[in-house]
Amino acid sequence: MLRILHGTNIDFIKYWRTAAVLTVAFIFVGIGSALFKGGFPLSIEFTGGTLMQLEFTTAPDVSKLRSTLDAAGIRGAEITTFGSSRDFTIRAQEPEQVAAQAAGAEKVATQIEAALRAAYGEGAFKVGRVESVGPRVGAELARGAVYAILISFAVTLAYLAWRFEWRFGLSAVLATAHDILTTIAFIKLLHLEISLTVIAAILTVIGYSLNDTIIIFDRVRENLHKNRKMPFYDLLNLSVNETLPRSILTHATTLAATISLLLLAGEVIRPFAWVMSFGIFTGTFSSVYVASPILMWVENKYPRANEARGTTRPKP
Amino acid sequence: MTNLKYRLLTIVLLVLASVWALYPRTVVERVKRDGVFVFDTIQRVPLKRGLDLVGGMHLTLEIDESKGAVANKSEALDRALTVVRSRIDEFGVAEPVVQKIGNDRIAVELPGIDDPDRATAVVQKAAWLQFQITDKTQAFERNVARFDGILRDKGIVAAAKSDSGKGAAKPALPNLFAAGDTGKKAAGDSSAADSIKSSNGPFATKVGKAPGSDPGMFMVAESDRDEIDAYLQHPDIQAAIPPGKQIKWGADTIMAGNVAYRGLYVLDARPIITGDYLTDAKPNTVPGEGTIVEFQLNNEGGRRFKSETGKHVRDYMAIVLDDRVMSAPVIQSAIGTRGQITMGGSGLQAAQDLALVLRAGALPVPLIVADRRTIGASLGQDSIDKSIRAGVVAIVAVVLIMLVYYRGSGVMAVAGLVLYVLYTLAVLAGFGATLTLPGLAGFVLGIGIAVDANVLIFERIREELDHGKSVRTAIDEGFKHAMTAIIDTNVSTALTALVLYQYGTGPVKGFAVTLLAGLAATLVACVFSVRTFYLVWLNRNRGVESLSI
Repeated sequence: MLRILHGTNIDFIKYWRTAAVLTVAFIFVGIGSALFKGGFPLSIEFTGGTLMQLEFTTAPDVSKLRSTLDAAGIRGAEITTFGSSRDFTIRAQEPEQVAAQAAGAEKVATQIEAALRAAYGEGAFKVGRVESVGPRVGAELARGAVYAILISFAVTLAYLAWRFEWRFGLSAVLATAHDILTTIAFIKLLHLEISLTVIAAILTVIGYSLNDTIIIFDRVRENLHKNRKMPFYDLLNLSVNETLPRSILTHATTLAATISLLLLAGEVIRPFAWVMSFGIFTGTFSSVYVASPILMWVENKYPRANEARGTTRPKP
Repeated sequence: MTNLKYRLLTIVLLVLASVWALYPRTVVERVKRDGVFVFDTIQRVPLKRGLDLVGGMHLTLEIDESKGAVANKSEALDRALTVVRSRIDEFGVAEPVVQKIGNDRIAVELPGIDDPDRATAVVQKAAWLQFQITDKTQAFERNVARFDGILRDKGIVAAAKSDSGKGAAKPALPNLFAAGDTGKKAAGDSSAADSIKSSNGPFATKVGKAPGSDPGMFMVAESDRDEIDAYLQHPDIQAAIPPGKQIKWGADTIMAGNVAYRGLYVLDARPIITGDYLTDAKPNTVPGEGTIVEFQLNNEGGRRFKSETGKHVRDYMAIVLDDRVMSAPVIQSAIGTRGQITMGGSGLQAAQDLALVLRAGALPVPLIVADRRTIGASLGQDSIDKSIRAGVVAIVAVVLIMLVYYRGSGVMAVAGLVLYVLYTLAVLAGFGATLTLPGLAGFVLGIGIAVDANVLIFERIREELDHGKSVRTAIDEGFKHAMTAIIDTNVSTALTALVLYQYGTGPVKGFAVTLLAGLAATLVACVFSVRTFYLVWLNRNRGVESLSI
């Protein structure tokens, strides 16, 4: 029988202070960078605007590409290469371009294409993908995304409150809030663009991290019935240690999936794969170092009235 | 034992149902090849692929209220929907989707479309056809001075001098009004001609009349068009236009010397007939006239057309499409049910498209594009290839991890995983769900997550074995105790997926659907089926002492 980290007795909870400092620092760096270095890059789905993916037959000069766009009146467009030096993505999401799309979302894309055809000639490039989003649709999608996050939050909270008692529910929700914050910080630090797919990844991370928390809490609940005399601190450690092999193995298989997506599934899905990969990490981290200490704190603050349990924990 | 039989039977039935759901079947597709509709019979797995995988265009249209509010939006949109649908049907796309979203939008999905601009034009064209008699009363000539006066008085034209200077600098202008005055057409009212000469505002200097042109038809240099149009849109000018008259631009430009001119028509506001009576329209090429669209009116329309044109013999009739004058031929004699629209410079394809939209009818409300996505077919295929590669690598990795770590039980988990893949795809096919790129990513991710249930169970069985329980009891207890955690995790993920489904758009919706299908498949494949495999194994090896886990 091959076993990894079986029958361990690691005092995970002891390091909660260090963990708390690290994670809070990470969140501060990420969110701080968003506050002082110009917010999050939002995809055109939310801001409105135009995205064009072009494949040139020969690698064009980026500065010429830019001057061609400027001459056509598409100022401030973001031009990036991906994959090879022949593949370009052009993003036009300046307010004036978005405003121009109120009269018909396809206008800016048509304008860009005409300008490029004039400058580079027919057949010099292929248009792979064009997304044009008018300002109203963008605003609606942004609102929809915010609703989606809030509602999924509320729904999972309600479910946890029903399945577990409130102490567990509260801890799990705070751990989830932590996951969202670290994921957002991660997105900012990696300069990933927030798109609907990335939002979907964030929501999946929420679900995944809840899974982890639920599995540890499920074990805590079970151990609470089994070991009635055990101090809560030890009981938490026991539960984390008991579920450790499962955590390691599940994360190995899930990471195998997200990493193959990251490396093989191409440019469009890469931000999604990044967020998922990080989410698996942060979800595991928060189950042990956020959800569990909070649960312990809540148990200390509002002890169970009917049980004579030693809730005090040894000073770390 | 009977319990086991039912379990096995269930698995066999589910596998059969899944294979049936996924079995490649013959589909008849209507596709347009070389401009003709043909029915293609092909064999393929009945999994619907989203636009981001097959390539094509997604279009969201909304009512354009920039030129006046629309009263009953929902009802108007319903009528627009019918028109758009019949146009798309005639345009010839395999499996198009045209649907109403909420109360104010129409979503159009056209898989495999290669010319998005043309398709957009066909969908969006108002196709509002009117026939109007051009003005014979010199309504414009008599009012030019007044128009220019209004512009000056309202301060719209700040310095008339600089304007007229600029206008006079155009070399081609002399052949406009001055020439028109001396021409035979201007015989009507000399005082009107005088007033034009005496005024030097933009209307007098920039709107001209070509010698021998139709009454009510004027010329504006294309470079001045936006300026003149802005003046015409001004409410004070609008108010000054004589009652019963309208001013409309021509659809095409005419070259005179080196300058492009656009026609500006003064028309009787009352249309003698509209496109509502149209029953058929066909493109045609006529030597000498170029490309035309021939149309036919119904009987009632034909009667009205005949009596109206009979009253206006020798007058000029402007054919107005979407507020642009296509042409203004002279009426030689009363016209019955047939007529034609000359396309000017545009080619046969434009004529085909115009005939198509005329047949399908006019849009009851103007529509604008709220968003548009186009994906090239090769890019979509590339996405599929890459996702499959990622999926295969993920499966191999997961299988290796499970086999190395759990040995014999790992084999059962892998068998469960095979069923998982089969069931998930079958559910997607069975519900007619659309597979998108994020959906494929969700599927790959699901492979990693699906084994979680098995990992939970196996770890639990190991613990029970550690506690010295017999193999049979350990397996029973393992499944029993792992169940609560499995249910909780699945339900919380399902709730997230449902929210995503509700609030997501196309691709993200596809992700939510694969996630949900995967969750259902997990319970059946990784819990129920793996349990059955254990039961079969226990049944074969009674009194077994050790378990490969």
